[in-house]
Amino acid sequence: MTTRIDRRLAHLKSEGRPALVTYFMGGDPDYATSLKIMKALPKAGSDIIELGMPFSDPMADGPAIQAAGLRALKAGQTLAKTLHMAAEFRADDDETPIVLMGYYNPIYVYGVDRFLADARASGIDGLIVVDLPPEMDEELCIPALKAGLNFIRLATPTTDEKRLPKVLQNTSGFVYYVSMTGITGSALADTTKVATAVKRIKSHTALPVCVGFGVKTAEQARTIGASADGVVVGTAIVNAVASVIDPKGGLTADPAEAVATLVSGLAQGVRGARLVAAE
Amino acid sequence: MNKPIEPNSFRTGPDEQGMFGMFGGRFVAETLMPLILDLQGHWEHAKADPAYKAEVAHLNKHYTGRPSPLYFAERLTDHLREVSAAKGLGGGAKIYFKRDELNHTGSHKINNCLGQILLAKRMGKTRIIAETGAGQHGVASATVAARFGLPCVVYMGATDVERQAPNVFRMKLLGAEVVPVTSGHGTLKDAMNEALRDWVTNVDDTYYMIGTAAGPHPYPEMVRELQSVIGREAKEQMMEAEGRLPDMLVAAVGGGSNAIGLFHPFLDDRSVRIVGVEAGGKGLDGEEHCASLTAGSPGVLHGNRTYLLQNSDGQIMEGHSISAGLDYPGIGPEHSWLKDSGRVEYVPIMDTEALEAFQLLTRTEGIIPALEPAHALAEVIKRAPHMRKDEIIVMNLCGRGDKDIFTVGKILGMGL
Ligand SMILES: Cc1ncc(COP(=O)(O)O)c(C=O)c1O
Repeated sequence: MTTRIDRRLAHLKSEGRPALVTYFMGGDPDYATSLKIMKALPKAGSDIIELGMPFSDPMADGPAIQAAGLRALKAGQTLAKTLHMAAEFRADDDETPIVLMGYYNPIYVYGVDRFLADARASGIDGLIVVDLPPEMDEELCIPALKAGLNFIRLATPTTDEKRLPKVLQNTSGFVYYVSMTGITGSALADTTKVATAVKRIKSHTALPVCVGFGVKTAEQARTIGASADGVVVGTAIVNAVASVIDPKGGLTADPAEAVATLVSGLAQGVRGARLVAAE
Repeated sequence: MNKPIEPNSFRTGPDEQGMFGMFGGRFVAETLMPLILDLQGHWEHAKADPAYKAEVAHLNKHYTGRPSPLYFAERLTDHLREVSAAKGLGGGAKIYFKRDELNHTGSHKINNCLGQILLAKRMGKTRIIAETGAGQHGVASATVAARFGLPCVVYMGATDVERQAPNVFRMKLLGAEVVPVTSGHGTLKDAMNEALRDWVTNVDDTYYMIGTAAGPHPYPEMVRELQSVIGREAKEQMMEAEGRLPDMLVAAVGGGSNAIGLFHPFLDDRSVRIVGVEAGGKGLDGEEHCASLTAGSPGVLHGNRTYLLQNSDGQIMEGHSISAGLDYPGIGPEHSWLKDSGRVEYVPIMDTEALEAFQLLTRTEGIIPALEPAHALAEVIKRAPHMRKDEIIVMNLCGRGDKDIFTVGKILGMGL
């Protein structure tokens, strides 16, 4: 069974360039604006969309994504609405893969079976759930794989050689390599180390490896994309939204446009990546 | 009746996955998972090592001042017998306090910190981080860090920094860095998020000293084992004083460490009724309470599945309690299991009831309790008059009230 994620990454591989994976927070600053942002992403050059599910206690996220989640929750976002947003997006785009990213509790409270059924029906292709390591695979990973969704696991600098096979065992779609030990929004790690780590993971799996945490500029996307199958950008996009929100919560410009401008630049970056590699 | 089948023993958990029935587990980011496995390995080794046990026991005795006394609260007992008589009941149980408020640093938190810092040393860690609510765990962490010469960073909600100012000052004097956390409502839950973010960032040198019997496995079990010294001593002391087991145990539950420390050695003594007291705040009707077991539902937060205060979308609520140490929307996973299995009864006590109990103890026994055990005391005050005179209650007086005098003074309108 292949998903939109598998197909998209295979296609990009044949084109010889890495994927641009874009994270944004569902419902930030409000549902309608957020849907508009989502729709703008593929047009601006995003290859895979990570749709953030807001959570009150995002323990792996830095201040920018924490604030985005709180804005979304304050505007009334719920898991049900995030799924609905994906379904509305799917109505006019049946190609761009959507990965839901967030924390386990809202899913657990929604009910795992009900969640998987509704996620499938909303056109979701994969899941990234930060606080479900392989030790907890029975909770959601195994049921998700059975339901035909990709379960994308994070590998980190602390995932050593001995542990890597366990992390890769039930991973599908792609492996998300976290470039550093830290929270989202921190400064980018040493890129040579990242390249070495990607190579190490690739020696254990045929799955594509995408790299995230700390990538903010087109230049960085280009450098990381030289060795990885995909580059994930999150905080920079969330910041682009925040940059047009005034202190009272009003908008000073169109967030979708601010995001599109940033993503177009990043898309240029990943498209130049293999030229860097060839140099 | 749909009562779950009783296990043969209530003292065997957790299982290898860190589960107490459906509760507990290891719900953490991959970055932390190798660290938690490493910690578990070291903990299992240490707890089987007589040298480690001897070191803990030595420090408990000479540094903390253990064993803490088991004290017969005669005047309080008499007072509640009068209350009982006035109601025409003619009862009034005998009340004993396990006096962990006399420990060095003023609460039970030191029992846990000593055990953990010895482990951190064994693991070769060179930096300690901790979260704190009331500041008691922060003070205990800063204390052991000073004693063992390690730098210590304490995360504390900005709201708590304000209402527990004396403890902030103590931590600073002890050489710790206190980081006020402004996210959320600035209470214990937010401090714990921030400590986890620090740990994810500083994976090589840092030891995360969790202050209660919660978090990812092995913390709930480890903290329980280190705090169980309370219950083991109490059992021995009670046999000495009365020649028999008590009829009832009462303790306050925030995250649940002082309570599980008292309860655990008695869990298989079925004649002993066990009561955990949660913060009922301003009442369970609204959202201003912290009664996660009485009014919450199972969910996943801070590395474990347990009862949580949350909305229908799985977003965690902030809660409220007059006592910063009980102001947490979760609870250690073993308590969730003990509740569902029916072995322990959990009840809420309101802010106002705790305040009254605080004042009563001060006047009848000359002991100023912390607001946390004042909750346990309020439950004792409710129950004792309805029990027979030959029945015995042991209450965990787990902290002293020095840190709370400003909060209480303000509420009572006393100028300081
Ligand atoms: C004196 C005292 N009692 C109780 C608590 C609550 O914690 P636990 O439930 O882990 O004992 C605290 C926490 O700060 C405390 O300081």
